[in-house]
Amino acid sequence: MYRKMTWKLFLLLVPVLVFYAAFIIIPIIDSVRTSFVSWDGLKKAVPVGLHNWIVQLGSTELYQSFGLTVIVMVLSWVVQTPLSLSIGLFLSRSGRGRSTLSVFYFAPLLFSAAALGIAWGFILNPNFGLAQAILTNVFGFKGTLNLLGDPRVVLYTLIGIIAWEFIPFHTLLYQSAARGIPVSLYEAADLDGASPAQKLRYVTIPQLKNTVITSTVIILTGSLTYFDIVYILTDGGPGNASRVLAMDMYQKAFEQYQLGMGATIAVILTIVGLALSLLLVRATGFGRMRSQMEGA
Amino acid sequence: MRGVQQATPVVLISKIVVAVLALAWLIFSFYPVFYVLFSSFHPQQGFLLGEVWLPPSDPTFQNYSDILHAGFFRYFLNSAIVTVVSVLCIASFSLAASYVLVKVTTRISRTIFSIVLIALAIPLQALIIPIYTMIYHLHLYNTYLGLILPSIAFGLPLTILILVNFLRDIPNELFQAMEMDGVGEYGMLAHLVVPLSVPAIVAVCIYQFIQVWNNFLFPLILTESADMRLLPLAVVAFEGQHSIDVPGVMATVVLSALPLILTYVAARKSLLGALASGFAGGSR
Repeated sequence: MYRKMTWKLFLLLVPVLVFYAAFIIIPIIDSVRTSFVSWDGLKKAVPVGLHNWIVQLGSTELYQSFGLTVIVMVLSWVVQTPLSLSIGLFLSRSGRGRSTLSVFYFAPLLFSAAALGIAWGFILNPNFGLAQAILTNVFGFKGTLNLLGDPRVVLYTLIGIIAWEFIPFHTLLYQSAARGIPVSLYEAADLDGASPAQKLRYVTIPQLKNTVITSTVIILTGSLTYFDIVYILTDGGPGNASRVLAMDMYQKAFEQYQLGMGATIAVILTIVGLALSLLLVRATGFGRMRSQMEGA
Repeated sequence: MRGVQQATPVVLISKIVVAVLALAWLIFSFYPVFYVLFSSFHPQQGFLLGEVWLPPSDPTFQNYSDILHAGFFRYFLNSAIVTVVSVLCIASFSLAASYVLVKVTTRISRTIFSIVLIALAIPLQALIIPIYTMIYHLHLYNTYLGLILPSIAFGLPLTILILVNFLRDIPNELFQAMEMDGVGEYGMLAHLVVPLSVPAIVAVCIYQFIQVWNNFLFPLILTESADMRLLPLAVVAFEGQHSIDVPGVMATVVLSALPLILTYVAARKSLLGALASGFAGGSR
């Protein structure tokens, strides 16, 4: 109804614009700038041109971290998507049993990643952890279960814990989306004599397409920068078996005090994150993505 | 009818399979949470020698009183101050901006909205180094304000997206009627937009409360002294110092989630609805 911007209305935009400029736009520019300096965070930063980039892109460390991150992204999607979709569909139907189960299924959502990381550290502790205690005392298992200390399995353990943390959230997305599918579509399918499997294939899944896209974007961009539980449980170890990109960046910038080196990883994370979101949104239709987000 | 008769044994078997899977998932997803809850009430004495997988036979509040004396009252207060101030600012700034973005249809307005949407794809982790530098140079390192300002900035994009979508549904006639009564821009915001968008405001406040309350990276990078810790960092630091006091650490875990647990018990639907409305969540 107002077509023009008046100064009174513009004033209402000022707080948002100021916060945006200060904490999102300037930091983006600043991380690019920092990637061209050598800086320990205290002394004066020294411009070094492309040095950080040449060192980073020539080191195997970066590619290893990138590889681990890609494994986390792909496996997180492979594990979380089918489980969240099935549980979400299961919970979308009414019934007292299902609604009671949902109370417990969603409980992990209440805890911070940090708190869950600490809890899983105790559960999987090979000396006095819950899992070991149950295996030894209840099942009479003789060996030691060291899922976080073994470099061959640590990454998969973390992917499992991350899945445990996030499946409830994606389940919730699928549940609320499935509840929004018009009943008339199922009634029409019934009239055509569709079996439950056919209804799933031809009604439910197509109707949930936008939710699958949204959930996929969240899983992939989220795993790209995942940090909290890795930092708490393994600090990138043992050795560097779980040093994903975000962990690598943190260690370079805040443990080794090479902020310039850390900033190169930050720039890579920003570019890959933006490219991934845009690619997924493009590939699947920007309009549909937007209308899906508008439906939120 | 024929289909139903043929399907009966199949339906029965599939029902049993679904029930077994549902119970298996119940154990997998909830037992770790249950373990956290019950071990926080376990007496510390002899915890590791007992049957740690079962609830305690003699529950106690001792662990909670111990951790409150060990500084957790202060950490709870820190988290509450930072979260409440951040959420109030996020909600009011976003609402004011969303009102303008919906009502003004010029190119500038659309451009601003697009920039807001693009920021949704930029991960907080990727900007943490320049944010640290900035907070340090502004002399806000290790202060409440140093935690609050970036928390507000990162709460804005999603909140604006949700509120803009909500405000678009307010009929234009309502604004026209108010304009005829001589109500100004700010009057409409206060007397029309705010009352009508209460449900959306509640949802975004709950969502952002969870995001800010549970944030680990900002306190990790932007504070250093023990008395400035927020709860998630305090839990991790406490575990570092008391790594074999399992019941005590579990009590800190439960305490750090207490506002959310209480909200979940009192208003589960609102909490879950707010979480589902925040599509970009989960990755902070």
